[in-house]
Amino acid sequence: MHLKYESQLREPLVYGEKTYHNVTEDIVRPIEAKPSKLWYIGFYIAVSLLLFGVYSVYRDVTYGIGQWNLNKTIGWGWDITNFVWWVGIGHAGTLISAILLLFRQGWRTGVNRAAEAMTIFAVMCAGQFPVWHMGRVWMAFFVFPYANTRGPLWLNFNSPLLWDVFAISTYFTVSLLFWYSGLLPDLATVRDRAKTKLRKYFYGVASFGWSGSTKHWQRHESLSLVLAGLSTPLVLSVHTIVSFDFATSVVPGWHTTIFPPYFVAGAVFSGFAMVQSLMLIVRKVFGMQDYITIGHIEAMNKVIVTTGSIVGVAYLTELFMGWYSQNKYEGYTFWYSRANLFSPYGWSYWGMMACNVLSPQIFWFKKLRRNLYVTFFMSVIVNIGMWFERFVIIVTSLYRDYLPSSWSVYYSPTIWEIGFYLGTFGLFFTCFFLFSKYFPVIAIAEIKYVLKTTGENYKEKMVHLEAVDASVFGHSGHGHTIVDNESSN
Amino acid sequence: MAKKRFVVGCFDDEEVLFPAVKKVRTAGYKIKDVYTPFAVHGLDHALGMRETSLHTAGFIYGITGTITALGGISWILTYDWPLNIGGKPHFSLPAWIPIIFELTVLFAAVGMVLTFCYISQLAPFVKRHHFHPRATDDLFVMVIETTEKTNVEDLKAFLSNAGAVETDSHFVEEGWWIGRYDREEMPFENKQIVAA
Repeated sequence: MHLKYESQLREPLVYGEKTYHNVTEDIVRPIEAKPSKLWYIGFYIAVSLLLFGVYSVYRDVTYGIGQWNLNKTIGWGWDITNFVWWVGIGHAGTLISAILLLFRQGWRTGVNRAAEAMTIFAVMCAGQFPVWHMGRVWMAFFVFPYANTRGPLWLNFNSPLLWDVFAISTYFTVSLLFWYSGLLPDLATVRDRAKTKLRKYFYGVASFGWSGSTKHWQRHESLSLVLAGLSTPLVLSVHTIVSFDFATSVVPGWHTTIFPPYFVAGAVFSGFAMVQSLMLIVRKVFGMQDYITIGHIEAMNKVIVTTGSIVGVAYLTELFMGWYSQNKYEGYTFWYSRANLFSPYGWSYWGMMACNVLSPQIFWFKKLRRNLYVTFFMSVIVNIGMWFERFVIIVTSLYRDYLPSSWSVYYSPTIWEIGFYLGTFGLFFTCFFLFSKYFPVIAIAEIKYVLKTTGENYKEKMVHLEAVDASVFGHSGHGHTIVDNESSN
Repeated sequence: MAKKRFVVGCFDDEEVLFPAVKKVRTAGYKIKDVYTPFAVHGLDHALGMRETSLHTAGFIYGITGTITALGGISWILTYDWPLNIGGKPHFSLPAWIPIIFELTVLFAAVGMVLTFCYISQLAPFVKRHHFHPRATDDLFVMVIETTEKTNVEDLKAFLSNAGAVETDSHFVEEGWWIGRYDREEMPFENKQIVAA
C-alpha cells in the first residue's frame, strides 16, 4: 500500500538515498556545527554595513532630513525608492508559502522556510524608510489611531498613506506568525537532538513544548491552511496598497489604474530574484543541493520570466497610454522624461528596460534556466532593474513639476542617503546570517511529508508499484494499458 | 495532575503504523496519542479524533476584525470627528475597504494563532514529557494508556507483533508544566498512582 501517488514525469524534489533521519541530519547540521570562515566573513561585513546605516540614521535624526539631498520638488527620492524596493522583495516568501501551498506546488517545501524568513527581514528593512523619513521620528506613533489628548483628533482613514501603515504592519505580523508557527515542529527537532545545555534551553523555550501529538498536527494543518488562505489576498493587497500611494495622487506618470497589478507582478518578480540569490548561496554554503535542486531553481526562473514579461507589458501599456490619452503632461513624462534616452533621467528608464524586460527573456531556454551561474547573475540583474523601476517612477515623475520654478534639474543622493540604504542591506544580511545559523533553513517536517512521494529513491520504487497497480487495476479492454511512447510513434 | 503508566510502541514507517493503530484500537486499548515527526494525513481519523474547529474560530475572529474596522472608522469619521476631506462624503465606504480588509486578516491570523497555542497548550517555557526523543526525528510513537488490569508485558509483545521496532513503558506526568529543557525534572513526584 502506498499512501500518495506522484507522476513519474515529475522531477524528484529530494535527491539521494534519504531516510527521515537523513533529512533531519542534513538540515540540522549547520545549526550543530561551528559556522564556517565564510559565514563569519559574511556576517562581519553585514554587521559593518548595519553600523554604517545606524550612523547614517543617527545623523538624519540629529541634523534632520537636510542630511539627504531631497528638495521641494523631489520630496521622495532614494528613501521611498528603497522602501518600495524592499517591500517588493518581501512578497516572494508569502507568495511561495501561501499561494503555492494552495496551488499544491510540491517544490515550495524546499525553499519556503528561507523565503519566509527573507520576507520578514525585507519588510523590516522596508519599514525603516518611511519611519526615518518622518524626520521627527519620536512622533512616529502618530500614524496609529489611538486615544489622544488633542481633542479626539483622528487619522484620515481615506488616505492611502494610512492604508499603507495598516497593510505593512498587518503583512509583517501575519508573515511572522505564519513563519513561526511553521518553525515550531522543526525547532522541537533541534531541541530533541540537542547535546549542549544552552541549546536545550534555547530551543526548549523556542519550540513552545511541541511534542508532535497527532491532535496538534491536525490543528497545525488547519492553521497553516487558513493562514495560507488569508495570506494569499493579503500578499496581493500589500503591494496594491503601496501602488495606491502613487496611483491616487494627481501626478503624471503615477495617476494610472494599471498600477496595482503592475506593482504586484513587479514585486513577485523582484522577490523571486532575491530568493534565487539567497537560495543559490544557501545551497552552496550549507551543502543543500539535495533539497534545493536544479528543478527548484528552474521553477523559480519560470516565475521570473513570467512576471518579468508581465511587467514588460505594463511598461509598454504605460507608454501607449502616454500617447493615447493625448494628455500633454502624461505624454511629456512618458515620452520625454522616461523614454528619451537623452533626457536627464533617460538612462534609468533604459537601464530598467534592459534589466527587467529584455534580459529575463533568456529564461525561455531550458539550458539557461538550469544554469546556476546564469541564474545567479540574472537574479542580481533583476533586482538592480527593479530598483531602477522604482527610481524611474518616483524621480522622473517628480523632477519637472508643473511650474518651471519647481524644476529640479538633478537629484543625487548624499553619502548618508546611500549609507542608510547600505545599512538596510546590513540589517537584512545580519538577520539572514543569524537565521541560517540558528534556525533550520529548510522546513524539515514538510520535506519529510513529501519525501516518500517525491524523493529520488522512493520514486524509483514506485515504478515497481505502478506496474503492480496496473496489473491489478488495469483493464486492458479500455485502452488503459501503459504504452511506450517511443514504440507507439 | 498526576503520574500515570503508559506503554510506548515506536514505529519507523507510517505504512506499518496505520494497521497497528487499527489493531490496537480493535483490541480495546486506549491510545493516548501518536507522536509523529510530521503531519501524517488520515492518522487523526484512524485514531477516531473529531475534526478541529480551529477554522471556525478563525472565521469568527475575521468577522470581528471586519466589524471593528467598519464600526470604528464610521464612528470616527461620521460621528466623533467628521472631517471635511475635499468635500467628499463622510461615509466613504470604498476608501475604507483596504483597512477593513487588513484588519479582518490581522484579527483572524492573530486570533487563530493564539487560539491554536492555547488549546494545544503551547507556549515558551511549557514543558511536557516526551516519550521518545526521536518522535521529532524519524519515529512514530504510539502511547497507550494503561489501567490496573493491563498486563504491560503482554501489551508490549502485542505492539511488537503489530510491527513496533521498539517498545517501552513510562511512569510519567501526563500533562504539561512550566519548566526548562536543560533540566531533568518531573513535577508531582510523590503523588499516588491515580490510574484507575
